[in-house]
Amino acid sequence: MNKAKIIEEKVFRYLSGFATFSLIAMLAFIIVIIFVKGFNSLSLEMVFKTPKGGYYYGGEGGVLNAIIGSLYIALGATIISILIGMPAALYINVHLVRKKRTQNTIRYLLDALWGIPSIVYGAFGFTLMLYLGLNASLLAGIITVALLITPIVVRTFDEVLNTIPKGLHEAGLALGSTKSEMAFKIMFKQGFSGFITAVLLAFGRGIGDAASVLFTAGYTDLIPVNLDEPAATLPLAIFFQLGSPIPEVRERAFAAAAILTIIILVISISARAISKQFSKTNIK
Amino acid sequence: MLLKRKLFDKISGAWMVTTLVTILLLPLIIGVGLYFKASPLFEHQSLLTLIGTSEWLPHEGKFGFWPFIASSLYVTLLAFLLSAPVCLLAAIYLTEFSSSRLIKIMHPVIDILAGLPSVIYGVWGILVIVPFVSDVLAPVLNIKSSGYTILAGGIVLAVMCIPYILNMIIEVFRTVPIGMKEASLSLGATEWESVKHVVVKKSYPGIISAFGLGIAKAFGETMAVMMVVGNMVQAKFNPFEAGYPLPALIANNYGEMLSIPMYDSALMFAALLLLVIILVINMVFRYFIYKTRER
Repeated sequence: MNKAKIIEEKVFRYLSGFATFSLIAMLAFIIVIIFVKGFNSLSLEMVFKTPKGGYYYGGEGGVLNAIIGSLYIALGATIISILIGMPAALYINVHLVRKKRTQNTIRYLLDALWGIPSIVYGAFGFTLMLYLGLNASLLAGIITVALLITPIVVRTFDEVLNTIPKGLHEAGLALGSTKSEMAFKIMFKQGFSGFITAVLLAFGRGIGDAASVLFTAGYTDLIPVNLDEPAATLPLAIFFQLGSPIPEVRERAFAAAAILTIIILVISISARAISKQFSKTNIK
Repeated sequence: MLLKRKLFDKISGAWMVTTLVTILLLPLIIGVGLYFKASPLFEHQSLLTLIGTSEWLPHEGKFGFWPFIASSLYVTLLAFLLSAPVCLLAAIYLTEFSSSRLIKIMHPVIDILAGLPSVIYGVWGILVIVPFVSDVLAPVLNIKSSGYTILAGGIVLAVMCIPYILNMIIEVFRTVPIGMKEASLSLGATEWESVKHVVVKKSYPGIISAFGLGIAKAFGETMAVMMVVGNMVQAKFNPFEAGYPLPALIANNYGEMLSIPMYDSALMFAALLLLVIILVINMVFRYFIYKTRER
């Protein structure tokens, strides 16, 4: 063996190892920076109070309006996306199970759909809103975010359903089940862990996405009570407060960023734990 | 009893088809909706002048999108150049060299990186990358810069795209049959040589596709880029100048959109442009990926 070969081998081993570990470092770096900056001005008041008068000049208050607004929008959008996305994913894997070509075409289109950026959904949501005669409101925000996350629900759930062995299908059909019983009583149960992952993933996207609610949900200091009222969202609260020239308000933006990061981390970690829990009872 | 079951089957089956068809028609509906809103613009100016000119004077009804398209392309290109080598190397390490314990750690790391909202990346960019560009990089090169630049946008975007591209490349590498690599090893090639000449070569179309899809994602990313890129209308090709990408244009001006005539059409045209470009890139490269998977 010549020496150049060995050196090349070594160099690339270390280089690729370095690239991998730098990703861990990068994540740690981002989270540490956000937390260190954010915890400076993070207080209970931030989390449990709505903005009071003069809040945007450094006065008292918190971002409860944005936290609740984000949760409302993400929750509403997730419910709609489950109602639309779950049956669609089941249909691909139950009714179309013998049509490989159709399945592949549908997956191909869904993947392409996943790539559409959220700002485009936001712009479309805005046109839809004007068309339906709505104002910037909770409802308009929910509809737009639902459009954004439905492809995620379908594709993630479908990915898990696709791995379920075909024998289970045949067993179900042989026992005389109809196709929808097959879908809801067997496939849905067996793929439940994937369903939870899909829902939580979509929920996280719904909370974190700013570009789609920018046009459609509006912004307010109050907690929305009705669907036709505007709603503040956490990402937009961060964005607007960062634009302020007053240092205290900017500090609060960092605190709000820390809150959002914590929410996302909790969702992401619980998604893993829950999906592990539910896949235990699956038929292997 | 049987009737009830049959009826339920019919109804739920119909609902399932309806939902699936609706979802699949969504891009078309979005496209038509945006086109409908943007169409007044086309009566005014031709498509070529819209894309090719760089005069941006909304009050006078002059809409030249070139500065925004150029900024978008530039930021995307920078992000691609910065993220592509890292993704490729990390994917090689994770599929060929690493221990299974590291893989177990890396899965959540990649997932969390992919799941962080773009606003968070934006905040991080403002806190870290912008000062880095203005206080460290610019003085070294003897340039004055505010830090809110195309370069900052490119760096933040690169970090955002890494988990996305990496996941796809890993998936592509996993489809290479292990026997091929073993054959190469048994013929006396070193581990790296087998990776270079067999694994990478075999998954070449997949890697290109992953990069292409990453570029499409970078092209449409809004908030994070908008927060660090400076947002000034100018078509200068200097990474230390501020830029104004297409998505930022839409997001920044929605407030005054309805007060200036034709402005809303112009912004909807920008959204349509984004949709068409990204959808085309996506469909082309996804097609490649599906072709490689079938083989």
